[in-house]
Parts: sequence; structure tokens; C-alpha cells
Amino acid sequence: MMHRIFLSVLALLAVSACSSDRVLLLPGEDGVPSGAVAVLSQTGQARAVIDKAYTEATIGTDAIDQSRTDAATVEREHGALIRALPTAPRRFIFYFREGTTSLTVKSQSEIGDLFAEVKSRPGADVQIVGHTSTLGSSSANDRLSLQRAKLIAKLLVERGLDPSLVRAAGRGERELLIPTADGVRNARNRRVEILVR
Amino acid sequence: MSIRSIVIFLLVACLPATAFSEIARVKKVSGDAHIEREGKRVDAKPGVTLEQKDVLVTGANGRLSVTFIDNTRFSAGPDSRVSLEKFEFDSTTHRGAFESRVEWGSLAVVSGQIAKEKPDSMKLFTPESILGVRGTRFIVKVAK
Repeated sequence: MMHRIFLSVLALLAVSACSSDRVLLLPGEDGVPSGAVAVLSQTGQARAVIDKAYTEATIGTDAIDQSRTDAATVEREHGALIRALPTAPRRFIFYFREGTTSLTVKSQSEIGDLFAEVKSRPGADVQIVGHTSTLGSSSANDRLSLQRAKLIAKLLVERGLDPSLVRAAGRGERELLIPTADGVRNARNRRVEILVR
Repeated sequence: MSIRSIVIFLLVACLPATAFSEIARVKKVSGDAHIEREGKRVDAKPGVTLEQKDVLVTGANGRLSVTFIDNTRFSAGPDSRVSLEKFEFDSTTHRGAFESRVEWGSLAVVSGQIAKEKPDSMKLFTPESILGVRGTRFIVKVAK
């Protein structure tokens, strides 16, 4: 009996002495193909490139061993770690009526999604960037774009979001969604883009 | 305005924002988990902002998840120590440099805009390796 215990302790010690750093490549999120992780030398050359999902590389100073695993094993060993990843940031775009800070009817009907998304994320931070079309002077558009962004920020704060978690900025007519010449009405450029992180 | 005051103005205006600026926020915490900042312990709870050089620390039952301002996401598993050594990000060009060190424990990563813009500009160090991230989702494990 003592003998067997001694052997298993010895085996455990051997395993821990050999354990080295491991990298496991996962499939991309939502069906996106997986990218790659390179194991680099001190000078930045790739010693190995892991580019197939469910490949696990065990990295030692001298050798890198790659082996295949599968979804079921990864779920068993790392499911909790993967599920603890924060939710992916989500983007929203809301549109405005010409020259105003009034949301279009369609955007008004969709803004509840934004409120729900922000509410569902503890510690959410919200970036709001206002834009305009190229109609009107660029300085007036800078002002209007910022007013549009601040309107969305105000609506969020009124619904209980901590003001320190919201950033609002205006980009005027500098970042057009639909490229146009100067002085052109364009409904899709009159917008606020929001990133909820 | 004298040349001297212009120079001082420029120096102040050009001060790197890195020292105090937010690089990430805590999103989820469970069990025993905290942040170490300049050797001091900072409570980890959702919404807490992280800075360059902060260290994520979890105990035997702890988990800590954060999202960076380039949309990179980390989830640190139990018994882990992950140091956020360097984080520079230009939100306009998406260029940057991001280096963290998994001293021990486990870390799941979904890379963000820095890795997407330029391969290997996001690096993870482990005791045995330097990993160059090329836009992807992966797990790193380092035995204590």
C-alpha cells in the first residue's frame, strides 16, 4: 500500500515537473474563422504558428508540441473560463431628421434596444459619436453632431446610467457613412453611432 | 507669449495620457479576485477602470473578466496572476501595442482592434514563451 502511494506521489511530481506553458486555439466567435497565435523567439521570429481551432501547443524552452483536442474536452476543461469572457461589444446607429436633434420615427422605435443592452451589462461603458451630412457649414455641423451625441447621453443618464460611464463626442461631417460631395442631404449620414462595451 | 511659455505649453499638451488613462474596465467578478496597482490592492467590481501596469489577481475560487478599450476581452480563471504591462492604442487608426504577462494560472482571450490592425502588435508573455496574437480567441495556461 505504502509502495503504491509512493509511486503515485512520484508520478504526480514527474507530471508537475514536466508541465510547461500551454496555448489552446479556439474557433472564432459566432462562426468567424479562428485566427492564429504565433510562438515567437526573443527576436520576434515565429518558432511555431498555431492556426487550427482545437489545437493545443505545449511550449518548452526547446520544443513545442502540438496536439489536437475537441469541443467536448474543451467544454469540460475550460467551459467556465470561456463563459466568463465579457459579452462582445455591441454597436448601434440611430438616425435624425434633417438639421435637428429629433430621432427619426424608426430610430425612436429602436432606442429601447439600446437602453436594454446598457442595462443588461454591469460596468458597461458607452461611447457616443454624433455625425451630420455635409449640408450646412462645417462649424454648424460640429455643433449639431455634438448635440445629437449629448441627446443620446442624456436619455441614457435619465434611465439611470452613471454619467461617468458615458462619453459623447461630435465628429461633424468628417466621418460620412455614405461618402458625398459637400452640401449634400443624406439621411444615413445624419446619425449617432454608439458602442456599448 | 514667450518661447519659454510656448515650450512649457507644448510639453504639458504632449504629456502622455498613459499614466492615468483608462485602458479597460472590469466586467465580471466572482470569488476572491482583486487588482494590484503599484503594489496596493484595489477592489475589483464591475465598472472599475484599469490602468497600464495593473495586475489581475485571483484566488482559488476567483474569476475576473475585463474588456479593453480596443475591444480585447480577458477572462482570468482561478489562481491566476496576469500583469497588464503595456497598453497603447490610437482609437482613430487602431494602431497600438499591447503586452501582458500570464505569470501563472489561466486566461481566455478574445483579441480586439490592436491585434486586428497589425499582427503581433499584441503580445502575451508566459514564463516559457512569447505569443504573438493574430486576431483570434484562445486560452493560455501556465502552471504555478
